[in-house]
Amino acid sequence: MAIATATLRGLYEQMLLIRVFETEAERQYKAARIGGYCHISSGQEAATVGATHALDAEDLLVTGYRCHGFALARGVPPEAVMAELFGRVDGCAHGRGGSMHLLDASVGYYGGWGIVAGQLPIATGLALGLVRQERAQAVLCELGDGAVNMGAWHESLNLASVWRLPVVFLVMNNEYGMGTSVERASAVTELYRRASAYDLPAERVDGDDLLAVAQAAATLLEAARDERQASVLELVTYRHRGHSVADAGLAYRSRGEIDEHLQHDPIFRVRELLVQEGVSDGELDRMLERAQERVAVAVEVATASPAPALDTLARGMYCHGSAAQFARMLPGAPFGERELVFAGGLGE
Amino acid sequence: MSTAAPARLPALHDVSTMTYREALRLALREELARDPHVFVMGEEVGVFDGAYKVTQGLLEEFGADRVRDTPISEEGFVGAGVGAAMLGERPVVEIMTLNFLLVAMDQVINHAAKIGAMFGGEVRCPMVIRTPNGAGNQLTAQHSQSFDGWFAGTPGLKVLAPATPADAKGLLKAAIRDDDPVLVIENLQIYKEHGEVPLDPDYVTPIGLAAIAREGADVTLVSHGFATVRALHVAERLAERHGVSAEVVDLRSLRPLDVETVAASVAKTGRAVCVEEGWPTYGVSAELAARIQRACFDDLDAPVERVGMAEVPLPYAKGLETAAMPGEDRIEAAVLATLGLAR
Repeated sequence: MAIATATLRGLYEQMLLIRVFETEAERQYKAARIGGYCHISSGQEAATVGATHALDAEDLLVTGYRCHGFALARGVPPEAVMAELFGRVDGCAHGRGGSMHLLDASVGYYGGWGIVAGQLPIATGLALGLVRQERAQAVLCELGDGAVNMGAWHESLNLASVWRLPVVFLVMNNEYGMGTSVERASAVTELYRRASAYDLPAERVDGDDLLAVAQAAATLLEAARDERQASVLELVTYRHRGHSVADAGLAYRSRGEIDEHLQHDPIFRVRELLVQEGVSDGELDRMLERAQERVAVAVEVATASPAPALDTLARGMYCHGSAAQFARMLPGAPFGERELVFAGGLGE
Repeated sequence: MSTAAPARLPALHDVSTMTYREALRLALREELARDPHVFVMGEEVGVFDGAYKVTQGLLEEFGADRVRDTPISEEGFVGAGVGAAMLGERPVVEIMTLNFLLVAMDQVINHAAKIGAMFGGEVRCPMVIRTPNGAGNQLTAQHSQSFDGWFAGTPGLKVLAPATPADAKGLLKAAIRDDDPVLVIENLQIYKEHGEVPLDPDYVTPIGLAAIAREGADVTLVSHGFATVRALHVAERLAERHGVSAEVVDLRSLRPLDVETVAASVAKTGRAVCVEEGWPTYGVSAELAARIQRACFDDLDAPVERVGMAEVPLPYAKGLETAAMPGEDRIEAAVLATLGLAR
């Protein structure tokens, strides 16, 4: 794919930002400033950045729960992502979503979903919404290799095909669904081949090859926008870290296997490209420093951001105007409900 | 000054007698005409004219984009409704019966119900799911269920259960106009019930407001959906046969739940019998009993009683099925027992 050096530099900086951000997130998790589940995508940056780069400004993005990288690549400010991981009010979901439920509708990012394959029907619905609103845009729906064995995968591909919906299903095949390898989980291990059951075009690409990913995603997204042609793009990649921060990632794979992948780090591959384009070591170092600075600022902002006030517990749950609908529910309510849920106002 | 009677307002305030099914159809037609973002989808809603004919004629009137037939794929198309709603569309998803909503449970409970809170109020999900519950047609164990309480117990959802044709129209319209995911629970037996329905296209029943379906002094029957139809018949029998004056509170809305109206009634009568189509254990009537004892502890002259489906998977044989249902004889017996008038 012909890609301008300036563009490539920008994508490299995004990859660096994601790697530095997630490395820091894991550190902050271990310092107990981040809780819950925290799924790191280190190693998958080329797939993440390449596919997201292929989106138009008005296209929509939906992902599973390993979503820090996608949020950052789509342009959610690192401060808003880090503050969300910290559970603070300046987080992109105001501290209500955490690591798995990032979202920023202003950049077309519709979450951040935590049930394997649950985001697929929603992505088809967003695509249906685009069609109904006569917007010639597409939805990119990220999922993991584990999701292709769920019923929602089959139902969504079928609907996208029979209704001609503009959605590209992006399978991030990092070889393991949690600790279960694709070989142990899937009757057909070339996952993109499953699209043939729904008469959808599909492609399998080296997910660690940034340019190949961007090219393939651009082609499929264009067909989605122009012809309402749904498709499947399988990106073969590898996650360096465990399933989540709590998983050492060694029970189901060998140290040697991980080391082998570390030697072919997608970030090194793009760095090589930039070196070939004549970018100096000094410049490359400064890019890394900038990523580190941005993450440091994100941590600062997240640290300074207040925790949500307790009387906002019910915030957002219901739409504006719902307080009046619920006002007559108070008599006989469970202990504490009045103070915890109703006092701060429903639907504000 | 003219002494002539003022000219009658145009049809706005007229009422017409129609079935519950027709009232639902009227609500759908009016909302489809009012708002281009509203669309209907579900199995057999279009070409087939609706499995229970609620959507009859709508395909012809509004076209296949607004009245969208789906494959048998509940998880897929309920989720598609969620996604479209997140983008500002207003899908009204028909599920052929409540039993089939179980295969889409992940989209309803883990997704639709979570969107507002989990994303900090940044996006909303203004979708409606409408579906009938209920038994009584020998449809047997997999097609005769009422899980109303499961959904009503889920924060993030709103759950409505109209009992009259007027509320079928008014509540469905309220649900479509609401910005949250709303489940409207209908009932297979109730579709053929007749009643007066306001023809005003802006007639909407407020969400979260119960109705006193019948005034009385001796005991309060609390019910929703088809159980309200049963309760009203029982109230007539109680008056005729036993001189008992029963008040019937029709909940109309299960979440939010208008406990205020229930508590005021029970405070007046001192006795409550909660009736539902579903299994009472962990059910709507269990929730009502808990709230009534808390809100009306000093007013109660008898323990709160409950009548629901017998706690078995529904059998096929007609006699067994009838025995399992919360029929009028069982409700009447429960009321009499509560009043100390047991036969």
